[in-house]
Amino acid sequence: MTMKAGTNLEKVLESGAFAVTAEAGPAKGAVTSVIERKGEMLKPCCDAVNVTDNQSAVVRMSSWSSCVLLKRLGLDPVMQIVVRDRNRLAIQSDVLGAVAMGIQNILCLSGDHQAIGNHPDAKGVYDIDSIQLIQMLKGMRDEKKFQCGEEISGEVPIFIGAAANPFAAPFEYRVLRLAKKVKAGADFIQTQAIFDVAKFAKWMEMVRDRGLDKQTHILAGLVPIKSVGMARYMKDYVSGVYVPDEVVTRLEGAKNAKEEGIKICLETIEQLKEIQGVHGIHIMAVAWEEMVPHIVEQAKLLPRPVV
Amino acid sequence: MIVGKQKPLPEIREMIADYGNILILGCGTCATVCFAGGEREVDILASSLGIAAKLEGKERVTTKHTVKRQCEWEFLDEIEEKVKQADAVLSLGCGVGVQAIAERFPEIPVLPGLDTLFMGMPVEEGVWVERCVGCGNCILNQTGGICPIARCPKGLINGPCGGYRDGKCEVDPTRDCAWVLIYERLKKMGRLDMLHTSQPLKDYSKMGHPRSITR
Ligand code: SF4
Ligand code: SF4
Repeated sequence: MTMKAGTNLEKVLESGAFAVTAEAGPAKGAVTSVIERKGEMLKPCCDAVNVTDNQSAVVRMSSWSSCVLLKRLGLDPVMQIVVRDRNRLAIQSDVLGAVAMGIQNILCLSGDHQAIGNHPDAKGVYDIDSIQLIQMLKGMRDEKKFQCGEEISGEVPIFIGAAANPFAAPFEYRVLRLAKKVKAGADFIQTQAIFDVAKFAKWMEMVRDRGLDKQTHILAGLVPIKSVGMARYMKDYVSGVYVPDEVVTRLEGAKNAKEEGIKICLETIEQLKEIQGVHGIHIMAVAWEEMVPHIVEQAKLLPRPVV
Repeated sequence: MIVGKQKPLPEIREMIADYGNILILGCGTCATVCFAGGEREVDILASSLGIAAKLEGKERVTTKHTVKRQCEWEFLDEIEEKVKQADAVLSLGCGVGVQAIAERFPEIPVLPGLDTLFMGMPVEEGVWVERCVGCGNCILNQTGGICPIARCPKGLINGPCGGYRDGKCEVDPTRDCAWVLIYERLKKMGRLDMLHTSQPLKDYSKMGHPRSITR
């Protein structure tokens, strides 16, 4: 079968294996060691590693330069792009640069609004939206054309990703949204963190009814919870994340919240493995990346396939 | 209509500090309707500035006038004499009005007494909301008559971001997510099919400044 980009992530997913990806936040400074340390940690247990793009609208080292650092260590990076900070010109030129550096998985996101970050007075760009970004990348890859229609010299092999939030009400809307992203050209999907597996399973059922699981690879999102405070915070303040009360209560009742958080995560993974159409997991261990190898090992997902 | 609000009094006082004779000019159209710069606001501002001048022990003459519309030169003819007497005009019209005065009376300083905010409408007593940003290519026919460019802080035209929660916007939980409103309305209209089509990239050249039309 012909590959779209031939990245490790694409190969693993196309092989039919259950993929594992994780998220790594770049440094809040110009030091290389922060992302490199995370990279070394995640390399043996992940098929690809996402690098966030000024996540929560807080400035950090750029996603693409952090991806280059990971690539040098032999990882397969997923460059996240939000449409908040760059217009169509800047995004296309960054994509060309990224592909030139061997970064070929790109995740298309709207991005948190600048008002909730550390530069709330900034002008938001939002020249295009996440769906249009997917379309634009697909056009660059499949038609070798810039958004304006002009020819690109040479190939732009990219494996295109998008995010999905299965939980926000109105619920039916979320599947419609996914369908639109798949139609636009999303090759893989990484979902928002899942704590309510029953609700996610219902969403997946609607996804399967539309045959979307056959047209894209869905990776189920996970956030291991470190403390009761974190659970409460995510429940109340983190955009797009849904933490049911039971999870908070369970952590409150636990002797060791950290252990309990990992246990919840592992139980969720076991349940996710059983859901038809889920092709892997995406672990977002915010400032807790060192737990990822342990989680992947305990979930019996090691060693990672060599493809 | 164009909605604005009066600048804070200290800022206005600082702006007029160098001028002894001020013409406070109201606008009888949008600024009146949004209670920012009509006859009533001109009166109130004149007396506030009068009290302030007294407290500072300053000599200041204020003249009051409200025209029907500041944004058309022909409505400004009637103030010619008053302008001649004044050291500066303090306009309580929108930014368009201020500039119309500046162009009509090139010798006199014009000061903006309002911060001009948006094109919108009142939705309840004392509450005005933005409804249109003048994008130059209206898509309301495809979005259930609800503008996502003006009403979604990200101006997303292909559906919501992942951040809304219980129908409220991630940026401000007291505000409805524009796309949830659009969804609900299209559902009522039996036109959810409209959400399947992807909107092409927006032609922002139609919003490039400065714009003009010739008829
Ligand atoms: S789409 Fe929105 S911003 Fe554009 S003209 Fe229509 S209402 Fe105004
Ligand atoms: S929550 Fe809704 S209105 Fe707010 S930014 Fe996202 S899509 Fe726009």
